[in-house]
Amino acid sequence: MSAISITGLHKHYPRVHALKNIDLTVERGEFFGLLGPNGAGKSTLISIVAGLTRFDRGLVSVLGHDVVADYRRTRRLIGVVPQELTFDPFFNVREVLRIQSGYFGLRRNDAWIDELMQALMLTEKAGANMRALSGGMKRRVMIAQALVHKPDVVVLDEPTAGVDVELRKQLWTFIRRLHREGHTIVLTTHYLEEAEALCERIAILNRGEIVALDNKRALLARGIGRTRRVCVTTAEPLGSLPESLAQKVRRQEGNQLELQLDKHSDSVMAVLDALRAHGAVITDLNMEGADLEDVFVELTHGGSA
Amino acid sequence: MNPAGLYTLFYKEILRFGKVLLQTLIAPVITALLYLLVFGHVFEGRVQAFAGVSYTAFLIPGLVMMSVIQNAFANSSSSLIQSKVTGNLVFVLLTPLSHLEFFLAFVLAAAVRGVLVGLGVYFAGTLFTPVPVQHLGFILLFAFLSSAVLGATGVIAGIWAEKFDQLAGFQNFIILPLSFLSGVFYSIHSLPAIWQRLSHFNPFFYMIDGFRYGFFGVSDIAPGVSLLVVAVSLAVLSGITLLMLKTGYKLRD
Repeated sequence: MSAISITGLHKHYPRVHALKNIDLTVERGEFFGLLGPNGAGKSTLISIVAGLTRFDRGLVSVLGHDVVADYRRTRRLIGVVPQELTFDPFFNVREVLRIQSGYFGLRRNDAWIDELMQALMLTEKAGANMRALSGGMKRRVMIAQALVHKPDVVVLDEPTAGVDVELRKQLWTFIRRLHREGHTIVLTTHYLEEAEALCERIAILNRGEIVALDNKRALLARGIGRTRRVCVTTAEPLGSLPESLAQKVRRQEGNQLELQLDKHSDSVMAVLDALRAHGAVITDLNMEGADLEDVFVELTHGGSA
Repeated sequence: MNPAGLYTLFYKEILRFGKVLLQTLIAPVITALLYLLVFGHVFEGRVQAFAGVSYTAFLIPGLVMMSVIQNAFANSSSSLIQSKVTGNLVFVLLTPLSHLEFFLAFVLAAAVRGVLVGLGVYFAGTLFTPVPVQHLGFILLFAFLSSAVLGATGVIAGIWAEKFDQLAGFQNFIILPLSFLSGVFYSIHSLPAIWQRLSHFNPFFYMIDGFRYGFFGVSDIAPGVSLLVVAVSLAVLSGITLLMLKTGYKLRD
């Protein structure tokens, strides 16, 4: 039985066709990545699975139960960490978690709450009011809230957006642990690196449509994520560019030049040599892995970077 | 049913206003007492609404009910708008609570706050002058039903409003005038005919008149009629609220 099954899903907002005929299955025990730029429809899709948003057409089920007709059961089976940082300023951490347990009918859940707080390094803050917590701590409380009823399927909507590197690492470790313990994980992110590091299978959503859906290895084999971005700063603005680089330019503003290079066939040194030969004095150089924008360029250009 | 979930949401709402008692219970009692002091001082001996009932005694049940109305509304509406604005309502919407359980928890918690504030105003008022109790059943029934009506209205307003400003508009342009013009400070028989007729379109008038009947055994209109109006108001507003919750209006768009 699939953890999540979505068939023919459509969602319209007044001016936007937010989801266009989505078909998607997430298997039980899978670590699934849902990627897409802002506004792609990731959060809408997750909200529909969680019962937070109504939809126009289609079938959505969690572990075989319809999210509309059998919502009580599906909401017990799924735990969602929303993207927006939210908190209830009236309560402390333990109260928040006890209340969240109670909503699911779990009145004596302190042993699990203690375990969760320990795993998320919240124990010391158990008596602290939510207002007094840092952003990172609030994010951890949200994760604990999503897990308080021990759901089989855990959905994390951009859990690492806006968190520092240290917390991101801790969250990755914690999410991996959840997966090892048998939870199905669905992670949305717009960091390709994050999806690459964690997910087994990845769907890429753009403008309400799934533009790629495959396991990570197959996506990489198709060339997704095979490019890198190189930003060059020159002493003077470049008037023209060497012909050999024309196809690789993504952006050119003043003395800033942004190029998208194939990790395997393009040499950074060759690019720099070409620029120097063209009279450019290079003052700075930055290299980054491909981001989603690059991936979309790759996908929409049929793999030619 | 998810009775433990319903109880938790109800308990959370009680705990919420319990954490800010100064604002949610004590301040409304003080406000009502100020009205009692000022209006009692000005009109005592000059106005007699019911035969054999002093103006201050007449005023107390009116102020009690006005406080019940305003605070029951404030409880559900402010809790909802705060949860919406801060975003934490999502953690309630993610749970297996049904729309009926959601409704009951908010309305019952609003009723508890309304009745508690009402009790505070009543006991503080009796320090000034004794107020008889003729029909306790009517008093309790009107207090509960009226606070439930306003609790449901608060849920409607809390769902509808997208910002605090809109909620303040609802409170200041609908709830406040209707509660002030409902016969808290006077018997409608002292009004010109046109205003008397208009008062009959104000549901709060029936709440206050029926409630007052419980204390004095006298009212402007038959208490059974008032009870019917309040009960029908509750049924209609509950229906609207439940429909909004069931369809997810502004909550699950």
